[in-house]
Amino acid sequence: MTQSVKTLFLFAFVAVLIIGTGMVQSWNSALLILNMGLVSAVMALGVNLQWGIAGLFNVGVMGFVALGGLGVVLTSMPPVQEAWSAGGLRAIGALVIIAATVAASAYIWRNFRKAWLVAVVLIGGLILYRMVRDPGVAAIEAVNPAVSGYLGGLGLPVLFAWPVGGLLAAGGAWIIGKTALGLRSDYLAIATLGISEIIIAIMKNEDWLARGVKNVIGLPRPVAREIDLQNNPGFVEAAAGYGLDATTASTLYVKLSYSLLFAIVLVIVLVLAQLALKSPWGRMMRAIRDNEVSARAMGKDVTFRHLQVFILGSAICGVAGAMMTTLDGQLTPSSYQPLRYTFLIWVMVIVGGSGNNMGAILGGMIIWFLWVQVEPLGQGLMNILTAGMADGSALKEHLLDSVQHMRLLTMGLILLIVLRFSPRGLLPEK
Amino acid sequence: MDFLNALVALSNFVLIPALAYGSQLALGALGVTLVYGILRFSNFAHGDTMAFGTMTVVIFTWMFQSMGISLGPLPTALLAIPFGIAVTALLVLGTDKVIYKFYRRQKAKPVIIVMVSIGVMFVYNGITRLILGADEQRFADGDRFIISAREFKALTGLREGLAFKTTQGLTILTAVIVVILLFWFLNKTRTGKSMRAFSDNEDLALLSGINPERVVMVTWLIVSALIVIAGTLYGLDKSYKPFTYFQLLLPIFAAAIVGGLGSPVGAIAGGFVIAFSEVGITYAWKKVLRYLLPENLEPDSLVQLLATDYKFAVSFMILVIVLLFKPTGLFKGKSV
Repeated sequence: MTQSVKTLFLFAFVAVLIIGTGMVQSWNSALLILNMGLVSAVMALGVNLQWGIAGLFNVGVMGFVALGGLGVVLTSMPPVQEAWSAGGLRAIGALVIIAATVAASAYIWRNFRKAWLVAVVLIGGLILYRMVRDPGVAAIEAVNPAVSGYLGGLGLPVLFAWPVGGLLAAGGAWIIGKTALGLRSDYLAIATLGISEIIIAIMKNEDWLARGVKNVIGLPRPVAREIDLQNNPGFVEAAAGYGLDATTASTLYVKLSYSLLFAIVLVIVLVLAQLALKSPWGRMMRAIRDNEVSARAMGKDVTFRHLQVFILGSAICGVAGAMMTTLDGQLTPSSYQPLRYTFLIWVMVIVGGSGNNMGAILGGMIIWFLWVQVEPLGQGLMNILTAGMADGSALKEHLLDSVQHMRLLTMGLILLIVLRFSPRGLLPEK
Repeated sequence: MDFLNALVALSNFVLIPALAYGSQLALGALGVTLVYGILRFSNFAHGDTMAFGTMTVVIFTWMFQSMGISLGPLPTALLAIPFGIAVTALLVLGTDKVIYKFYRRQKAKPVIIVMVSIGVMFVYNGITRLILGADEQRFADGDRFIISAREFKALTGLREGLAFKTTQGLTILTAVIVVILLFWFLNKTRTGKSMRAFSDNEDLALLSGINPERVVMVTWLIVSALIVIAGTLYGLDKSYKPFTYFQLLLPIFAAAIVGGLGSPVGAIAGGFVIAFSEVGITYAWKKVLRYLLPENLEPDSLVQLLATDYKFAVSFMILVIVLLFKPTGLFKGKSV
């Protein structure tokens, strides 16, 4: 079986899985899986660019996804005028001070190499920052804390937020890449893991930015609202024509619109990634991945290329994160868990086949499907296993309760099995 | 008097907690460093192995408690630790046999083994949650304090109280004993010496007839013991929650790297560097400064450099600084 036939076959299999879900469970859950599967596929493409093509071990995916989500709030929410007048200047000033402090200490270190001077600048900058920031933040957070208490966004249409999310993630990646790239592979892994935790900590604690753990809800949507569709007589009539009631038809319509938008983004990213892979640039990246020393000897600037691909991959993860937050309609910083947003994406890339873009997409769809479906499957399994036990026995209840944790176990087993028996994944790199 | 009050406040809120936390980190970092030195990969499953090990201790503790066995003023968990170590060692050795051994034979690249350890992390995490769930569990019993704040105030007549928790005392004491035992083992026994030789130069060690599988097995045994002890002490001191243990991965790695990966002395030093900076930077210094500074200089704000939630940022910043300026760590670890 040639690779392209295999690719076709496996994607057909994914289609069968999703259509099967639609027939057996409901079309709504099938579309839910499809939508998040598409988002996951975009994330997997980003990670694949970094790992599959350039060999960078980034375990901070969660941070970039979260930055993308932050981008949605900062772009699409209406600005809170009162908060801006209360402390907007101070907040911006504080950010400028921090940036200036870091830049100044980097400059001093590069030109004078005096550690004590750097320390003085850093501590002075930090004190100045706190003096400017603290009253401003207090003022912003005091503005109607129950519904706003933050600066709000720019009030732009939400679709703009997707590239903005990508840009934010790219900016974050630039800072991280400047410090952490060039470290050994496992140091880079630990550094990115740490940075993603810090990004989440900032999003949880800086209430003036995006309300922290109070969450931003009611984000604008790029598609119609269900309730508007249900009140639209033309839509209800059309739905009746397909034999659907208005409620079901409206939820399906909304989800399908999202699917369409996500599919467009996925195709754009995929085409760009394929072009990059096949271009001289892609060949150079793979040459660097396979033998850094000889690539360096051929005059390639390895550090710069690593930074480049790290930023690109992270930006793609940021776009995916913005898409996901738009789909959810809210930003909840406490929902970002590394197992779900970093390591699961890694499972997708490895299972799909690292280095192969189609593989990344396939892995994204299949693993997401499993992630969602393992729970009902496990539930069924446990029900059969515990059928013989007396009702109300502690063991039975415990077993039924813990079904929700089957996911992690299953994902771990899948990752281990693939790494052991088929380390190149379902669709190996050509 | 004011100076004494300041000193007591400092010990109560910074020195003693940081000492206890540092000991826990040091034990954890010793495990990371040993795995790195002998097996030559960064073990991402470390935090979840810790969660698993502590879970077994929690379960044995509950069993003993229900049987009415206790250690009086000391936590029952101490009695359960050996059993926890045994179960964890079985799991870890089994994992090595089924999973890591294959890649060792293949001489796979370290980054591949790191990825494998991520798979192991998922599986351990899943097992822990399947058995005990993801919620917070309490398993501490016995006396809460060696000396409580009120007793201390009554004893000394100072305005500041000093609370010294049993778990803190136990942590520091246990850490000292474990570290002494470990160093004795590494420096004096034959197996320990062969481990160090293997870590220094694998080929030479193999030439001189050291059995690598035995070295690896002993390493995993020691790592299980260290990790269960560290996890149990952390759980007694704070509380047990699987996700917290996963998050401990970061400060533990930071400690091991700051000290120098592969260097046991470095791991201990790194643990304390991380713990003291973390506690020191996130502590509100107002109370201490109020005693030390003359009245007109007293600070109005809390004098807290960073909010407590940014404690990860602290270990991370230290990590970055060390990696940028002294990539092999304080105690000349490896940089392969």
